[in-house]
Amino acid sequence: MSHSHDHHHDHDHSELSETELRVRALETVLTEKGYVDPAAMDKLIDTYETKVGPRNGAHVVATAWTDPDYHDWLMKDATAAIHHLGYIGRQGEHMVAVENTDDTHNMVVCTLCSCYPWPVLGLPPVWYKSAPYRSKAVRDPRGVLKDFGIELPAATDIRVWDSTAEVRYLVIPRRPEGTEGWSAEDLAKLVTRDSMIGTGLALTPDQLGEASS
Amino acid sequence: MTPPEIDASALTQKIPGLPSDGETPVFREPWEARVFAMTVSAHDAGLFTWPEWTQALGAEIRAAGSSPEDTGADYYRHWLAAFEKLLAEKGATSAETLAGLKDAWDRAAKATPHGKPIILGADNKDA
Repeated sequence: MSHSHDHHHDHDHSELSETELRVRALETVLTEKGYVDPAAMDKLIDTYETKVGPRNGAHVVATAWTDPDYHDWLMKDATAAIHHLGYIGRQGEHMVAVENTDDTHNMVVCTLCSCYPWPVLGLPPVWYKSAPYRSKAVRDPRGVLKDFGIELPAATDIRVWDSTAEVRYLVIPRRPEGTEGWSAEDLAKLVTRDSMIGTGLALTPDQLGEASS
Repeated sequence: MTPPEIDASALTQKIPGLPSDGETPVFREPWEARVFAMTVSAHDAGLFTWPEWTQALGAEIRAAGSSPEDTGADYYRHWLAAFEKLLAEKGATSAETLAGLKDAWDRAAKATPHGKPIILGADNKDA
């Protein structure tokens, strides 16, 4: 999978790998000829990404919830702590964990899909790279959360982290109440992709019950 | 426009070696999902039949001296090459057209500051 083009990083301009360029060329020609509808394709991909989903990241979060030593390691050196569980970024990106607390909520935004830590979070959701999300997340994060159905107390600080080519963020959502004594395996089921981007919260035990019934 | 109805688990069984979690396809990188979705769309648009596709993919993998079960990380690289060739064979595009577009995307990417969405033709416009 490694290719010399993938490793060339220039900080002034964007760079697409040889493979990404070929895929974009195909998409352009097939869209022009009407064989492919990009919107339909996004929708198709979306159905997969929710399934392929954030299992790796959920494992990381649930481990941090249940193991204080791992939690401390993750907060100090997320790259190493995540690698320890076997999840390795292909582009050597540096991961930083940001933790939600009673008075702080973290949200991640990025202007390029290549800045998304997909080895940990799976594929990025379609809206993540949309212009409205990118601009509104920075300008009006509380409004974005509201769009996602999340209302936080006015006293909660909302911090927005902008991913770069070098640094990717993982939000550690708050552990839901009523989960005392749960195993890491069960807790991981509560950790949604959106909760690790900060556009959602971890599911409550009740919500998990509804989702699986 | 409604998205094409895909029975993912049926597809998984129909394509030898397709990385999956037992039910649905698994992608390691975003481009893999895009090329997968494009192939499904092009098939639904009637560009080729599914047996034609699996044959093209199988031929590509065999030509690389591999078998569908052991391609591992290279699976979607073979997929991409097979898809390009099949489209050219069907007259939907040509290697030259694709090469030209690829260069155009490369120029557009390099003309785009990091952090901005890359738009085809960006290198021809004033910033």
